[in-house]
Amino acid sequence: MTVRDIPASESGGRPPLDLSGSRNRSVSETAIGVILFLFAAFSVVTTIGIVVILLYEAALFFQDIALPKFLFGNTWTALFQDPEFGVLPLVRGTLMTTLIALFVAVPLGLMSAIYLSEYASPRMRSYLKPSLELLAGVPTIVYGYFALTFITPQLLQPLFPGVFQPLNAASAGIAMGIMILPMMASLSEDALRGVPNSLREAAYGLGATKLETSVRVVLPAAVSGIIAAFILSMSRAVGETMIVALASGARPANGWSPVEGMQTMTGYIMQVFTGDVVYGSVQFRSLYAVGLLLFLMTLAMNILSQWVARRFRKDYQ
Amino acid sequence: MSATTDAQSLEPAAVRRRWRPRIDGRKRTSNWLSRVFFLATVSAVALLVLLLGVLFYRGWDWLSLDLLTQQYSRNAEGSGFQAAILGSIWLVAGAGILSFVIGVGTAIFLEEYAPRGPLTNFLQTNISNLSGVPSVVYGLLGLALFVEFMNIGRVLLAGALTMGLLILPIVIIASQEAIRNVPLGLRQAAYGVGATRWQVVRHHVLPAAMPGILTGTILAVSRAIGETAPLIVVGASAIIFRNPSGFFSDYTAMPVQIYQWTARPQEEFKDLAAAAIIVLMIVLLSMNGIAIYLRQRLGKDRW
Repeated sequence: MTVRDIPASESGGRPPLDLSGSRNRSVSETAIGVILFLFAAFSVVTTIGIVVILLYEAALFFQDIALPKFLFGNTWTALFQDPEFGVLPLVRGTLMTTLIALFVAVPLGLMSAIYLSEYASPRMRSYLKPSLELLAGVPTIVYGYFALTFITPQLLQPLFPGVFQPLNAASAGIAMGIMILPMMASLSEDALRGVPNSLREAAYGLGATKLETSVRVVLPAAVSGIIAAFILSMSRAVGETMIVALASGARPANGWSPVEGMQTMTGYIMQVFTGDVVYGSVQFRSLYAVGLLLFLMTLAMNILSQWVARRFRKDYQ
Repeated sequence: MSATTDAQSLEPAAVRRRWRPRIDGRKRTSNWLSRVFFLATVSAVALLVLLLGVLFYRGWDWLSLDLLTQQYSRNAEGSGFQAAILGSIWLVAGAGILSFVIGVGTAIFLEEYAPRGPLTNFLQTNISNLSGVPSVVYGLLGLALFVEFMNIGRVLLAGALTMGLLILPIVIIASQEAIRNVPLGLRQAAYGVGATRWQVVRHHVLPAAMPGILTGTILAVSRAIGETAPLIVVGASAIIFRNPSGFFSDYTAMPVQIYQWTARPQEEFKDLAAAAIIVLMIVLLSMNGIAIYLRQRLGKDRW
């Protein structure tokens, strides 16, 4: 028997069965699709909101303060009587704390990643991995507390008496390094585990030791993912606020000394909001200029990390 | 040569003299560095233990019921942060609902409705870039958009909306992953019996993906509980003497109060802050515990 439409004449005069569904059904299906699209569009609206607001308020700021003066000026005295808005000291503070954080997080994070991916037994992994995740879940304010009340007075000052000021860039940087360590470790580990086993087997087959296999075969094969992890961790450190607000001080730095307080871009934003600032004043708008710069820096790093991960990824199939 | 033969004894003496020391040296380096890698990994755990140790050492004596039942006061003794705890709960409820509805909607659109192509690529790139925006920038957005432009004022709602936007990308990405993990066969079976696209999503994909979605949302929300900077920017004040009465009341939150206590010069306020951090961490840990429980309980061996 073949499947075919049954004409009305053959089915005893009844009309053929209509399987096209009710019209309401197709209307509501379309409506749901549109609603879901609107939800998805919401995140685009958020991005546009961030960009428009930062650009708008910063543009008002740059009417008062010339852009080159802001970008290349070396004095930041925004909250003083005769304010000067040269952002370089804040950028220097951000760079310094970020660099220290990377000094802590990159070696530790990479070694942890190699251990977890190449050496650890499944049992060991099942203990260590969750504790790293726990470390990642600690709020940044807690790291700030740790930097201010432990790293500086209990660690740095006793080790180097008379060197470190109570508020210094080093303690903030170290705490930030601990903060980004789990991110660096777990993203790098993902990259290492993505390397197919055939590469490891080939290395062992040629007589390489475990270390040589890990460091000279697996690590180079995963380098795109590791660089991406590095850049993402750096971007996290640049945008980190509470640690530097608590531990790194509120004085824009003139030099590069990590034993002294160095205000960062995010630290400045916090300082203004914990004091009194008049809405619409030039100080208030300077927040958005600093915020815009911060946004552009982190955005550039995020895009770069995606590009590196895509461009230099090797497909082992 | 059979496998049981001692390979070393079969080596010609010249080979042994020339290469053995090198091979042994390479093996030694390998063994030695494996211990270094292990120590590096353990040091991360040790740091966590040290962190908790410092908190308990400083905060233990200050850990009392006062913390939960009393309000902010000028003296550290007898000071509490009930308003902050309730404020955090309100904030998290608001932010969680907002980001759950929009986030799951977005994830369904991207995974089930949108055709693969430039539009989805653009949305996806946008979402991953949003998740990298520093939280303090979300604060600046919230201040200009909700507090000033929409004229909501420095009230709880402004904080909740800002937090909602902040965790939205995390919820979207986690929900997408959960939806993607639902096997194709489930959808095909539903389509096969004549279900429409929405019926497939509503009755089959969503229920199957729900444990993953909930886990992701809880983790996102626990991120929101610890966020401080955006709240300070949109106007959470640390000096609040009464509990929030709704979305339009003044408010503070746990991390904001902790920040204020930590930043004070007196040591006893720093100790009080340590006790408050312990309360915060207990809340966070129990939320993470719930997330892990959900993942294991609801997500195990389903297909």
